[in-house]
Amino acid sequence: MQITVNGEAKDFAEDQVNVSLVLAHQKVESPDMVAVQVNGAFVDKGEFDSRVLQDGDSVEFLYFMGGGAV
Amino acid sequence: MNYSAEQLERYSRHIILQEVGVEGQEKIGAARVLIVGAGGLGSPAALYLAAAGVGTIGIVDGDVVDLSNLQRQIAHYTKDVGREKVLSAEEKMVAINPDVKVQTHRMLLKAANIREVIRDYDFVLDGTDNFPTKFLVNDACVMENIPFSHGGILRFDGQTMTVLPGRSSCYRCTFRQPPPPDAVPTCSQAGVLGAIAGMLGTIQAAETLKYFIGTGELLTDTLLSFNALNMTFRRVPLRRQDSCPLCGSKPTITELVDYEQTACVIK
Repeated sequence: MQITVNGEAKDFAEDQVNVSLVLAHQKVESPDMVAVQVNGAFVDKGEFDSRVLQDGDSVEFLYFMGGGAV
Repeated sequence: MNYSAEQLERYSRHIILQEVGVEGQEKIGAARVLIVGAGGLGSPAALYLAAAGVGTIGIVDGDVVDLSNLQRQIAHYTKDVGREKVLSAEEKMVAINPDVKVQTHRMLLKAANIREVIRDYDFVLDGTDNFPTKFLVNDACVMENIPFSHGGILRFDGQTMTVLPGRSSCYRCTFRQPPPPDAVPTCSQAGVLGAIAGMLGTIQAAETLKYFIGTGELLTDTLLSFNALNMTFRRVPLRRQDSCPLCGSKPTITELVDYEQTACVIK
């Protein structure tokens, strides 16, 4: 199954791929560190396991970045 | 506005730009911008916006300059350690360009006071260092219908987006709520390459100027993120989310909230 992850095509050998698996593949340390969109739609953190992806889906994970002043 | 010969010379490299001209420079001169945080992002933004001749620049910060700030917060000098950041920044901004009116707000923005402060400005530049204030700035700007530039940096990375409330996606459309305390390290815990602050703060300043000039394409519905280790830039297209709790069709956030501030270790 091919999924576009942050703009890059990635092949997944697993039969079923959910958001959590994609994040694990991409070495995201904790689901708390990112916001996720699938095909441009926001996915809640509580749905990372249940959101099953289809071939050709596009996943974006965006890191929270809080720095700036101190 | 009638420019003196000296002002025409000062702004000549702007005025010569076809997209700016005298008209664009006058728009910059009439602009009122609030910079939230006189730190890593706020410093370069404040200096460039002052240099550009933004008519009124407000700067909010409740802190004093710490020695560990000087590696990246270029509005503050060694002599300023221990001094209020807003006063230190004001001194440099006025020294660069005495045309600029600087309004200092030595305070922490909270749910109770932010709307009153930002209401006085046309555009807000978020250079804060924590999620509670970033969400507060987003929510207050959306509620007050004030455009703003979001910015965040960490280690070797930076990200920014420009929000036109009601017209483009807001920070909450993508980053729904603050991450749990301690889930995401702050710059003081994880470090940041000083020049990253300059890279991102100046992008935010450029977005601010473009907004007033009305030229080009803003980073609306777009998150620009970069990694300076391999110097890659990526534009992630975003869109307004109907499910957004703030600007969606059924908003659940109708009042400002003060999220819990995580302890920030400075040294």
